[in-house]
Amino acid sequence: MMEKHTLSVLVEDKPGVLARVSGLFSRRGFNIASLAVGPTEQAGVSRMTIVVSVEDFPLEQVTKQLNKLVHVIKIVELEPSQSVQRELLLVKVRADGTVRGQVLEAVQLFRAKVVDVAPESLTIEATGTADKITALLRMLEPFGIREMVQSGMVAVGRGPRSITAATVR
Amino acid sequence: MTTATPRPVPGPPKPAPPPSPRTDRSDSGRPDSGRIEEPSLTGAQALVRSLEEAGCEVVFGIPGGAILPAYDPLLDSTRVRHVLVRHEQGAGHAATGYAQANGKVGVCMATSGPGATNLITPLADAHMDSVPIVAITGQVAKPLIGTDAFQEADITGITMPVTKHNMLVTDAAEIPRAIAEAFHLASTGRPGPVLVDVSKDALQAKTTFVWPPELRLPGYRPTTRPHGKQIREAAKLICAARRPVLYVGGGVLKAEASAELLALAELTNIPVATTLMALGAFPDSHPQHVGMPGMHGKVSAVGALQKADLLVALGSRFDDRVTGQLATFAPGAKVVHADIDPAEIGKNRRADVPIVGDCKEVLVDLLAAVDAERRNGTADLTEWWAQIDAWRATYPLGYDWPDDGSLSPQYVIQRIGKIAGPDAIYAAGVGQHQMWAAQFIGYEKPRTWLNSGGLGTMGYSVPAAMGAKVACPDAVVWAIDGDGCFQMTNQELATCAIEGIPIKVAVINNGNLGMVRQWQNLFYGERYSQTNLGTHKYRIPDFPLLAESMGCVGLRAESRDEVDRTIRQAMEINDRPVVVDFVVGADAQVWPMVAAGTGNDQLMAARTIRPLFDGDELNADVDTEADVTAAVNEQSQEQDA
Repeated sequence: MMEKHTLSVLVEDKPGVLARVSGLFSRRGFNIASLAVGPTEQAGVSRMTIVVSVEDFPLEQVTKQLNKLVHVIKIVELEPSQSVQRELLLVKVRADGTVRGQVLEAVQLFRAKVVDVAPESLTIEATGTADKITALLRMLEPFGIREMVQSGMVAVGRGPRSITAATVR
Repeated sequence: MTTATPRPVPGPPKPAPPPSPRTDRSDSGRPDSGRIEEPSLTGAQALVRSLEEAGCEVVFGIPGGAILPAYDPLLDSTRVRHVLVRHEQGAGHAATGYAQANGKVGVCMATSGPGATNLITPLADAHMDSVPIVAITGQVAKPLIGTDAFQEADITGITMPVTKHNMLVTDAAEIPRAIAEAFHLASTGRPGPVLVDVSKDALQAKTTFVWPPELRLPGYRPTTRPHGKQIREAAKLICAARRPVLYVGGGVLKAEASAELLALAELTNIPVATTLMALGAFPDSHPQHVGMPGMHGKVSAVGALQKADLLVALGSRFDDRVTGQLATFAPGAKVVHADIDPAEIGKNRRADVPIVGDCKEVLVDLLAAVDAERRNGTADLTEWWAQIDAWRATYPLGYDWPDDGSLSPQYVIQRIGKIAGPDAIYAAGVGQHQMWAAQFIGYEKPRTWLNSGGLGTMGYSVPAAMGAKVACPDAVVWAIDGDGCFQMTNQELATCAIEGIPIKVAVINNGNLGMVRQWQNLFYGERYSQTNLGTHKYRIPDFPLLAESMGCVGLRAESRDEVDRTIRQAMEINDRPVVVDFVVGADAQVWPMVAAGTGNDQLMAARTIRPLFDGDELNADVDTEADVTAAVNEQSQEQDA
């Protein structure tokens, strides 16, 4: 069965590191469902959150191969129940005077925000799990989605522990 | 036997300069701490100094625009010898042959663009066979990178999948660290190729050379010490197994663990199979050696793995050429898998006892653990050895002489092995001659068998032999090549002649791309599409003449009675390279064989004989040739000669 797994990968912030990681996935035949990269609290260390659709066995192979990349410092798999997972959505919805009220109602229900207004449209910002984003989009679809952009998922483990502590010498 | 007209070589072959102590530079820059600091060097000088301090003695390479600054200080170095090759691929394989023959890091150098792209095949080759080499390439100046400048190629991007690591250096101050890291990465953990791409402006800029530089590799921590609990588990399985086999791969050679392997084998009396990459790790002549397993393995080795109840895999990776169809490979065996690369363990076959560690440390610990465990008793291996001995007696490696009276290629290779002996180094190309060289030479010592196992690179042999001869100038080095392979890289014979690298080349000339032809014979209804090279029919090229034109001695042997005489003649020539054209029959085939895509139970000892491992009793099932060919055809829908 194909399952989604969330990998948090600490990497050295070096040119080409994204190409090394993404190239490894493609040449070993693994699919990346989502990818997000950003800085961490430690200078020189970036964190990638990679959502990958694989069976259990190849997941082990993916992490082992990733670990062989010299610029990869640490890999942790984040279980959905043990972590907070978020995606960011920006969506431009057709919303003239007749439906604007209904759109705003959906925005409130989902605790989303309106970040830009025009006579014909609203631009909405929402964060949440993949499920919440999907649900919001389903609500907005009937009004007409003009444009949307979505980030990769970012995730962090619950509780006081840090995966970055004591990893960089 | 013909000897083409002797002609003077262009200038006498220059003997290799002996590695001399450094005399050109005072040690003033080296305080007691061993730290070196030399101000006002160019990046290029820092590069050469880094190579010297990293222990590099030889660089195989070709200069060009972007790497030119590095070649200027190289001219003055008394510690680094540069061997000017004729094609960058030759430089790469020479570095590989050098590293495989003496265990040190091999170094090759090329310019940007086409120079660098010509290194890709040897890099991929070294990557597949885990050979420690460092490739240094020039890159266009930093302001030009990304502009499609003249001779620009994104070589770090291109070689990412075929190197252990690579880096682009655009700052002169970073050159020593890059070189130090490259040597460290190439030679530690699972060895492999590392490419360092240096921009031309970094080579030209002024810097202070500091050695040793601090390595900054926070993500690189290879595990060499095996886990004690796993070792004890393995020892228990080893002592309890009734049909165990040591399945030995190239990792044992890389770890220099042959002595420890011998000790463990002799302590336990377990049969030893050495893969294509491990020939020489255990003496072929040892009574416990059951042979090479795999597609063209010996029946006793394939059978031993297939019928084992325990595989002790040491530095081997369950390659498809060893396992055949994975689902039917060694169905009754538990697996102890020791490798320094955790990603190899469980990649193809689940391991019951995974051990991550350097093979030498694993073997040392296993030896102690097994010794202790043996006090609780060990299984009786008498029946197992009886089975293996029966396979060995019934299916020894052998060959028939061609019906048409032509020379047998297996005989030629066997005689070279006998006459040159186990102290010589043999470097093979890829194809039938490679398999025959694996089967019929007889390897007794580590690092005497060099070949391209993983990538299967035709053209590997001549440049690899050149590198091996530079690494081991006192050893006799034979390149066992095919007429197809030889035509891919023989230009390096000019290098050998001029640089004083007297290798010996046996061209096993069957006039064809022999292995492909064998598959066409077996699986494509004898339709020989594009496999006849015309080296028999037209004698183009005439190999002895070609050799003579490059300053080598060219010899030819075409009949059985010429073979020994010609080999001995070649053995006596040590002032220049020798090429022997052995004109052999085109129809000889490599047996035994497991057809691609089929299971090892389907091994054919010879064209018409299947040992039938699936039966409990040892028996040979002699089919008619037509039946077998049909059966093999049926079983191998996907072929990849």
